[in-house]
Amino acid sequence: MLRKIRIAVSVSTAILLTLYIIDFAGIMPSWFGTLAKIQFLPALLSLNIFVLVSLIIATLVFGRIYCSSICPLGLYQDIVTYISRLVNKKKRFRYRKALTVMRWSFVLATLIAFLSGITVLVGLLDPYSSFSRFAVHILKPAYQAGNNLAEFIFTQFDNQTFYKVSIYLVSVVSLITTIVLSMFVGYLAWVNGRIYCNSICPVGTVLGFISRASIFKIRINEDACNSCGACGRTCKASCIDTKNHIIDTSRCINCFDCLDVCSTTAINYSYSFRLPIKNRKKVVNASRRRFMMAVGVTGVAASKLLAEKTPIIGSSTSVIRKTPITPPGSQGVDHLLQKCTSCHLCVSKCPSNIIKPAFLEYGLGGIMQPTLNFDNDFCSYDCTICSDVCPTGALLPLTKETKHTNQMGQVQFVMNDCIVFTDETSCGACSEHCPTQAVHMVDYKNDLTIPEIDNSICVGCGGCEFICPATPRKAIFVEGIESHKTITLKKEKVEEVIVDDFGF
Amino acid sequence: MDRRKFLRALALTGAAFSIKESGAMSILSQSGANVKSGKPFDLVAVMGGEPAEMFKKAIAELGGLGKFVKKGQVVVVKPNIGWDKSPEMAANTNPQLVGEIVKQCFAAGAREVKVLDHTCNEWRNCYSNSGIEDAVKRAGGKMIPANEESYYREVPISKGVKLKRTKVHEDILDCDVWINVPVLKNHGGAKMSIAMKNHMGIVWDRRFFHANDLQQCIADVCTLDKAAVLHVVDAYRLMKNNGPQGKSEADAVLSKGLFISQDIVAIDTAATTFFNNVRSMPLDSVGHLAKAEALKLGTMKISDLNVKRIKL
Repeated sequence: MLRKIRIAVSVSTAILLTLYIIDFAGIMPSWFGTLAKIQFLPALLSLNIFVLVSLIIATLVFGRIYCSSICPLGLYQDIVTYISRLVNKKKRFRYRKALTVMRWSFVLATLIAFLSGITVLVGLLDPYSSFSRFAVHILKPAYQAGNNLAEFIFTQFDNQTFYKVSIYLVSVVSLITTIVLSMFVGYLAWVNGRIYCNSICPVGTVLGFISRASIFKIRINEDACNSCGACGRTCKASCIDTKNHIIDTSRCINCFDCLDVCSTTAINYSYSFRLPIKNRKKVVNASRRRFMMAVGVTGVAASKLLAEKTPIIGSSTSVIRKTPITPPGSQGVDHLLQKCTSCHLCVSKCPSNIIKPAFLEYGLGGIMQPTLNFDNDFCSYDCTICSDVCPTGALLPLTKETKHTNQMGQVQFVMNDCIVFTDETSCGACSEHCPTQAVHMVDYKNDLTIPEIDNSICVGCGGCEFICPATPRKAIFVEGIESHKTITLKKEKVEEVIVDDFGF
Repeated sequence: MDRRKFLRALALTGAAFSIKESGAMSILSQSGANVKSGKPFDLVAVMGGEPAEMFKKAIAELGGLGKFVKKGQVVVVKPNIGWDKSPEMAANTNPQLVGEIVKQCFAAGAREVKVLDHTCNEWRNCYSNSGIEDAVKRAGGKMIPANEESYYREVPISKGVKLKRTKVHEDILDCDVWINVPVLKNHGGAKMSIAMKNHMGIVWDRRFFHANDLQQCIADVCTLDKAAVLHVVDAYRLMKNNGPQGKSEADAVLSKGLFISQDIVAIDTAATTFFNNVRSMPLDSVGHLAKAEALKLGTMKISDLNVKRIKL
């Protein structure tokens, strides 16, 4: 029964979350986004105390239920394991020793990476972000292709329910990283079940540590046990030591698979307030200490190296920026790099598809962090979706009003490249797209008008840059700024104009 | 008065009211001027009413929409829906006007009425926040996406000076007739955005226009073989400054006007002249007017035309 509930909860959580991430048409209600915000690491980064405390309390009471019911990467692994068992019906798991040093090294590495501001590593290790990238870069294109196929079929029958969408390859680096990471996690799951969760995942290790004190635990009643070993063979976390009748609670993910295979009900999920008996003698030796120290030092050194910002100019964008443009609500480069785990939810949800994972724009440490690219579109003046969906607090929520005064970049105009200057013909495409008229047209010669810029009211939306027809260089573009600014828009007086004649 | 008489009186009153509103009666009552001069009006200008009301009056002067839309036809109505702005901003065509036109297309026997525009802002937001999607759907029409290049087909512009070929939305090319319904706006680059400039919403590559003499390209695209059967200029609210997008409602003027004609140069000239009521805009500064006249798309001499002016 418990197992069935666990499966139902995890499948529905993961499906709803996936649908929310890949939904390009805005069909899914926005509260589905809560499923991203209740994930452990995003909650920790955004300092969402309510979610954090709830998750910790849940773990203290029920054990690591997060890993089996809420974590979408957990379900991904379970699906892979399930398939591997279908393929190989004789597949058995067996008890393995805990990889304690390795587990805690990854926690330490995550911590160091976070403290030194290289959230790219945190993002690579965070299970939610890994899954989210899998959804954005692999599942979403497939979903869009399916939509385009449906559009083709339905439109043949004159049904306009579907509309075509462009499928963009948003970032080669992210795609490759995602494929490699999901194949790696998938391989581990195929061979060894939940070994990723119990040897690499920092969230798993921390929750595992907490769950040792949990009230409800899976326990073996030695009197009733006939030592058949069935529970150990079915345990995908490899945490049931059937010989000694011991369960390593820190690795138990509460999948409840073992409960269903026990023929004597010797294994049960029960409560007790007693602290766990120390099963193993604590082995602390000098070599382990040295190892931990080495890991720590290497971690710090590596992170310092990565944090060196070495912007490499002329990457994927056609406009060369000295400073990359960070998304609305990010407050600037520093805040973004500190909080973002590159889950790419903003990349997926941006209706204009202008948020792209960076390559080296932020330096090595900022690979895959979101940056704006105006090649295909620009930032809608009224849109606040990216800052609404961000689960980690890297993009802080904006209202329509605060978005209107948030400056994320500044316009640059190169008159020598402008069509009006070079061809002496009308254009004004930039000013046409400018929501605040930071780019406005002023009289030039022969009834022509030419752009003039005013950076005190520029929001950096990139409308001008996107539409500028000048080739090979855009005559107008947006330059990023290290920290976002607040601009002041003048309130305009509504004049009373009475028109009472045609004039012809 | 007994009940039967009362009900009959009620029914007759109702019938009388409904007749008063119908286009057929308006033609009968308004056809005097037509009969007198013997030739149909080239341009009808209306002032002082609500959008739908002004359109009803204007189209009646031209003999009803049935003159342009035949039974069983597929019709495209092409408003300006370029921006994610509310109707009060005057950045897009008035939704009530678009709704009324769709309604009258069906009344004239149209099999299907489609509405589309290649928007500048995110298209779904433009369609819904302009109020046009709602008005069109209520009138039974369909909103057609125009946000993907694959919806467009390349056609030759044989009379074009600068623009020789361009990709035009397939529904414009494949429909039986299309009606051009722009809004009257100031434009930073083209000076004015009216009926001719509205053609930039049926093409895919607008950057080409801007890069290759915008004024000439605007005139060129209007020589498209599949010309709009009718132009309706919405000047209920016009955009005085900061066009074509506008900064705030302060850029809009409630001018309560409407123009309708088959002559695209005449209607743009008339609308620009009307615009001079609120802001100076010499006709020769709006380059595409003279360029279109040179391409024999119509005339800028309003005085030579048979114009019907109606003030409500």
